[in-house]
Formats: sequence, C-alpha cells, structure tokens
Amino acid sequence: MPPPPLSPGPTANAFGYDDDIELIAALRRGDEGAFVWLMKTHNAGLLRYARFFGRDREVAAEVVQETWLGVIRGIGAFEGRSSVKTWIFHILANRGRTRGERESRSVPFSALLAPELDDDQPAVRSDLFLPADAPRWPNHWAVAPQPWNAPEALLLADETQRVIDGAIAALAPVQREVITLRDVVGMDADDVCRMMQISDGNQRVLLHRARSRVRRALDAYLTPEAPA
Amino acid sequence: MNDSEMACRELVELVNDYLGDALPTTGRARFEQHLGDCPGCVTYLDQMRATVAATRRLSEDDLDPRVRDELLTAFRDRPPEGRAEA
Repeated sequence: MPPPPLSPGPTANAFGYDDDIELIAALRRGDEGAFVWLMKTHNAGLLRYARFFGRDREVAAEVVQETWLGVIRGIGAFEGRSSVKTWIFHILANRGRTRGERESRSVPFSALLAPELDDDQPAVRSDLFLPADAPRWPNHWAVAPQPWNAPEALLLADETQRVIDGAIAALAPVQREVITLRDVVGMDADDVCRMMQISDGNQRVLLHRARSRVRRALDAYLTPEAPA
Repeated sequence: MNDSEMACRELVELVNDYLGDALPTTGRARFEQHLGDCPGCVTYLDQMRATVAATRRLSEDDLDPRVRDELLTAFRDRPPEGRAEA
C-alpha cells in the first residue's frame, strides 16, 4: 500500500463545513456528525498541547476530555470572535493552567514565556560555514548539507517520527509551545500570537529556532555522516 | 561580491520567514537570487520544507472510541441553554 501523501492536514473548511458559521450552526442544532468531525479534527492536536500542562498521558487525556465538555457547554454562547479552533485551544489552555496550578507539577505560563528560557543559538553550527574573514566565499558553506533523499514513507516511519518528537521535547518550553501550535496542531500565526500573548516577530523567531533544531535532529538521523 | 549578496549563513536564518511569506520584497529577491546560485542552500530549504511536513504528521493519532462515545453522549444530553438559537 502506498504511504499517505504529506498533506497540510485537516482544516475547519474540510468535510463540507464551508466556514465556522456553518459549523457553529450545525453544533447548535445538535448535529452529531458535526461534533464527531470536530473531535476527529482537533483531538490529537489537543492531546499534544495538553502535555504542556500534565506530565503523564492520563492527565493530558483528562484535560482534553474536560475541554470537550467545555466546548459542549459553551457552544451556545460562543460569539465567533475567534475561529472555532482557537476557541477550543483557549478552553484547553485555561483548563490546563488550572489543573497545572492545582497539581503544581507543570511549568506555570509566566515561566513558559520567560525569555531566558529561550536560546539564541544559530540555526546551523557556526563551523559549517567559512569564517567571515575568509578570502573566498566568506560565510558560505564550508560543509554543505547533503540531500536526504528520504522518500515520504521514511519521513513518516515511526522511528523518524520519534526523532522529531524527541527533538521537540528537548526544546526550550517556549519554542516547544510555538512549534506544537504552529506545525503539529497547524494553527495560524495570528492565532498563536493571541493565544500565547506574544508579538508576531517573537513568534517567528521562536518558530524558526524550533524548526531549525528539529531539522538538525532529522539531518543527523537521515544522513548519519552529517555533522549534527 | 557586493554587500547586497546574501551569504549562506544569513540565508539559513531567513528560511522560515521565506516559507512563511514574511520577507520584504527586497529580502525575498535576494533570497531567491542566492538560491539560484547555491545548491547547498536549495538542499537546506528542501530539508526545512520536509521537516515542517513531517512534523505535521505527529498529530495524527486516532481518537479513542470509548472517549468519543462518552463525549457524544454528553453532546446529545447537553442542557437546553447549550441549544440556544443562533
């Protein structure tokens, strides 16, 4: 069987819901198909994000379940000022924070956003470039990256996905949060800025650093002779 | 080489702004001009694209059917104020 194609992932517009207004109307009507679609679309992303608030999977799963109950209770009053997706992730963040504070076992939000927990390492190790004072080609590749030649099946293989997972887990918390929301969950930049209360410039820098780290981990795995 | 030419060291720090369409017009032109001359940076850009695409796939776990059924029951049984007319 051929591997599934790399797609950008489901959006609120897929499966016949032209926009959020239509989706909200269906949910308010009690359309169970709409609710199942919503759960299928967002549950995995919610689970990932929930791990910020509880260390073990069980706690994360409970927080997600509470989030869905919050969605069920809140859909009648939802005013549509943000996208449905952002609204759901906001509910999760609020529940998760309450839960984290109660159990005192996860990092409080202010600490997640503390700039000193970020790092400003370059995307690529400095010695892979020629020095700035090199007579020819200063700051160009001294050791150029080698193509991965990785078919999609390899990128999607469990072991490769574990490499990515491990690289994300090793990031500074604030970078991990941005890459989780942007690339794993697939949230828009604007929504991430609102949720994390950071500027667009800050969001871009954090995403860049996070992706650069993940790329390095993949490079080390896919071309083992490459300098990590 | 003149000052407006981009070096590889600079390009790798701009690659995600490029993918996110966040570079100003002149920056984008310098970026693409560099790509035209530099196979190493083309490889780097390809790797970053593959990284983003592969990361997106982390999310795809199946929903536990038992949890799904519990939540669906809660949805069905929600109180009338949850059924407010739009």
